Amino acid sequence: MSGLFKFVEWPCPDGGDGDTRSEAALVFDRGRQDRLLVIPPLFEEANKLRHLLVEVMARLDGSEIDAVLPDLPGCNESLAPLAQQTLTGWRAGMAAAARHFRATRVLAVRGGALLRPAGLAGWDYSPQDGPKILRSMVRARIIASKEAGQPETREEIEAKGRAEGIALAGWQIGPAMFTALENAAVPAHRDEVSLLDQETIGGRPLWLRAEPDYDPAQADALAAVIAVAMRQQA
Amino acid sequence: MTAQTSTPTDPAGPSRTEIDQKLRAILRDVLGLSEARASDLAPDSGLFGHLPELDSQAVADLLTEMEDRFDIIIEDDEVDGDHLETYGGLLALAEAKTATS
Repeated sequence: MSGLFKFVEWPCPDGGDGDTRSEAALVFDRGRQDRLLVIPPLFEEANKLRHLLVEVMARLDGSEIDAVLPDLPGCNESLAPLAQQTLTGWRAGMAAAARHFRATRVLAVRGGALLRPAGLAGWDYSPQDGPKILRSMVRARIIASKEAGQPETREEIEAKGRAEGIALAGWQIGPAMFTALENAAVPAHRDEVSLLDQETIGGRPLWLRAEPDYDPAQADALAAVIAVAMRQQA
Repeated sequence: MTAQTSTPTDPAGPSRTEIDQKLRAILRDVLGLSEARASDLAPDSGLFGHLPELDSQAVADLLTEMEDRFDIIIEDDEVDGDHLETYGGLLALAEAKTATS
């Protein structure tokens, strides 16, 4: 049905002064005209949805569409320290990846919608805003510290997050990332970006699963929506 | 927490059956249960501390999903160990919150 994916490196902006660092991307790339940038969810949800996203990309490959799934600096295979990453840096990274891979469409997944480059048409799949992402991660820390017999309040955790950064559910969130997430709204859905909700895709939301799971029917549905739209416009 | 009526038309909020069904659906999604196993959840079915996959992040996501689907806000100090330990505890939390919201 489809070829294998490859890992390639791409130059990701590193700070604001024009430096770049090498980050990895998983690609199905045969130099075709239709090219989809997949922006992964943030933090733990990226792990839960990776299988689904790679399966979607494999299906698109079979429909003559190239797709690229870049690592966010500090996540997945990246060697950059997560604690030093910022939302602004991640946005610049995804914009650079869109240019480098000559993406013609974007699929932003969950919190990935916060990083969607302006001016690129595509889809937000069940987008999640920054406050909601933080709320759940701070709550996880509250439950874990209570369980460990060293209870903390949300106020204490938030104050520490803003001042010096904090580990939430094993993820090192720096102060700039923390405060940016507190205010990060999903960018507006203009005509060229459509909202894909779980009802459209069907099945159970995979990001909710306590253990990562996979559902081929959801991969079929996502790929079908994207392939039909991208081929129509071609 | 006060006792609630089971009348479906209770103006104080959704019926107990409705809350119970919604909560089972959330746990089905979180734990990947079949419909049958989700229906089998009993008040004393163990959750946090009994199911290894239900770690603190999974429980936090579960509470956040409850907020979304029930349209409630669960304050951190409203949740104690008893609410999370069993299905009955979690259901009591959902009932208390939907009655007051």
